[in-house]
Amino acid sequence: KKSTSAISDGITGIFTTAKLDDDTLEELEDLLITSDLGVGVASKLTAALSQGRYNKEISGEEVKAVLAEEIEAILKPVAKPLVIDPANKPHVILMAGVNGAGKTTTIGKLAKKFRDEGKSVMLAAGDTFRAAAVEQLTVWGERVGVPVITKEIGSDAAALAYEAMERAINDGTDVLLIDTAGRLQNRDELMAELAKVVRVINKKLDGAPHDTVIVLDATTGQNAVHQVEVFSRIANISGIVMTKLDGSARGGVLVACAEKFGMPVHAIGVGEAIEDLQPFDARDFAKALVGIE
Amino acid sequence: MFDSLSDRLGGIFDGLKRKGALKEAHVTEALREVRVALLEADVALPVVKDFVAKVKEKAIGQEVLKSVTPGQQVIKIVNDELVAMLGAEQSGLNLLGVPPVAVLMVGLQGSGKTTSTAKIAKRLTEKDGKKVLMASLDVRRPAAQEQLKILGEQTGVKTLPIIAGQQPVEIAKRAMEAGRLQGFDVVMLDTAGRLHVDASLMAEVIAVRDATSPLETILVADSLTGQDAVNVAKEFDAQVGITGVALTRMDGDGRGGAALSMRAVTGKPIKFAGTGEKMEALEDFHPERVASRILGMGDVVSLVEKA
Ligand SMILES: Nc1nc2c(ncn2[C@@H]2O[C@H](COP(=O)(O)OP(=O)(O)OP(=O)(O)O)[C@@H](O)[C@H]2O)c(=O)[nH]1
Ligand SMILES: Nc1nc2c(ncn2[C@@H]2O[C@H](COP(=O)(O)OP(=O)(O)OP(=O)(O)O)[C@@H](O)[C@H]2O)c(=O)[nH]1
Ligand SMILES: [Mg+2]
Ligand SMILES: [Mg+2]
Repeated sequence: KKSTSAISDGITGIFTTAKLDDDTLEELEDLLITSDLGVGVASKLTAALSQGRYNKEISGEEVKAVLAEEIEAILKPVAKPLVIDPANKPHVILMAGVNGAGKTTTIGKLAKKFRDEGKSVMLAAGDTFRAAAVEQLTVWGERVGVPVITKEIGSDAAALAYEAMERAINDGTDVLLIDTAGRLQNRDELMAELAKVVRVINKKLDGAPHDTVIVLDATTGQNAVHQVEVFSRIANISGIVMTKLDGSARGGVLVACAEKFGMPVHAIGVGEAIEDLQPFDARDFAKALVGIE
Repeated sequence: MFDSLSDRLGGIFDGLKRKGALKEAHVTEALREVRVALLEADVALPVVKDFVAKVKEKAIGQEVLKSVTPGQQVIKIVNDELVAMLGAEQSGLNLLGVPPVAVLMVGLQGSGKTTSTAKIAKRLTEKDGKKVLMASLDVRRPAAQEQLKILGEQTGVKTLPIIAGQQPVEIAKRAMEAGRLQGFDVVMLDTAGRLHVDASLMAEVIAVRDATSPLETILVADSLTGQDAVNVAKEFDAQVGITGVALTRMDGDGRGGAALSMRAVTGKPIKFAGTGEKMEALEDFHPERVASRILGMGDVVSLVEKA
């Protein structure tokens, strides 16, 4: 069961029908903050709401509708699916992000999606660090029925990526999905390792990786903004997948990221199963955030 | 962002300079800035509200120390209250029971349960001389049981042999039985990640609890968690009953407001801090460090401390 949105419950509480004055606006801003929108975006949204409506009577439903519209307007330009260019042989997608965000699982889900579209897919177990990371991706490969390139634990991640590139090129694979170990963006040595992986991939094939996707966990707070910032600088991130939106967190920090970086959002994870990946829809996301059914 | 709190507080108290008592108007204005700083640090809103009210009561009327500015003094008061709320006490695991004592590890997906299980087991083995058995009850995540097994090999801690197809409660019972028969002091039960809103998975972990009567149930939570931290902590505590929290990814550069949120809504101590992926990267929780991180004001605090 999905919990109702905190914003929705709160709005209903504030505006049975109330005036949009300083107090209600402040309460509203607080509510927005409880969905991890951040102080900056929350105050921008309430400012937009009060525009032309200040000191007037307004219903909770109206407030929600306006807020959802404002959020949708921020998100609409960034809602872009992951598009495989058939001219790329292979089209290389590198997955990156902090520990435990959902990179490996998302690769499994994406592999399934591309397979269902009739493309040939290969996976590369580029997390050569974490215990059983290779086994985990191997299980996903079996579930989808696609080959997984592996090396023993402790191997150089860049070397694995190189080998996988070679295999995918030789086999004429359509899509190569490369997993990486989780790393926190303030760990310079690990970020340097990621930069090396990108370099090696690019050396092997001009234009690759064609997509470098950062996976964000919806329960993460404002640190996600910094994650996007640093991973972009080091690994030239091209888009976002947000996972774990089946929980009670609404992933408001995504709005902050969209506002700040205009970074494309490709898809959302809504569970642990193979089919629990959905396209990112700005309207649906905005409505879920403010709690419109 | 970090200096600006100090700057902004300085501005508020400019007229007051270095004498007299902290006035209500000033304090109220200062706490508005503190409130924003806490929210930016991901402290959950209800916790922020309570906190600010408490600090206000303490701050109004306090004599300003000679050698610091009123702004700095407010920061010091805020800091001390943060430390107090984060829980100054140092509490390890309670293992005082008839062995084998069960320790149950719970939390959201990917929070760091399996890694923390192995880290804690390693510490209990090496530092406390305990005989520890680890068992993975995670039959959902691909290669989860394998992961704990490998970590067991790396740390030299025994793991329960994997039997394919066994369900969590059965595995838990088998682990306790093995613990009894083989003379283990502690049995650490790693569980699959689950959402607090997932009724069937919550029921599963409750069944495990009832089958093993753990002395400790540790909620493993990501220190980078945002406002949802209160819901997670409250629900896990209400449904399963936790005895403490392990905060992971403290090696990140998050401001760590989740620590305060979780502590405030559950009243349960934060018993461990995970500071890396490696098996050694486990520390005791240091409230002062986290407080100055939340405020981003470590320097000011030590300045006032010396005054
Ligand atoms: N509820 C839920 N769980 C998810 C989702 N995506 C991933 N998970 C779970 O989150 C946990 C971590 O996922 P992984 O795919 O292993 O994450 P990762 O980023 O590869 O982790 P590391 O490689 O250790 O950094 C697993 O238990 C997944 O099943 C999602 O959308 N919803
Ligand atoms: N940087 C850092 N990484 C950590 C820490 N604790 C765990 N991790 C990493 O976080 C990721 C997830 O850890 P796991 O122990 O697999 O998490 P889990 O809660 O067991 O995950 P599920 O079983 O899928 O729910 C792994 O990549 C770990 O290496 C920590 O304190 N710091
Ligand atoms: Mg992974
Ligand atoms: Mg685990």
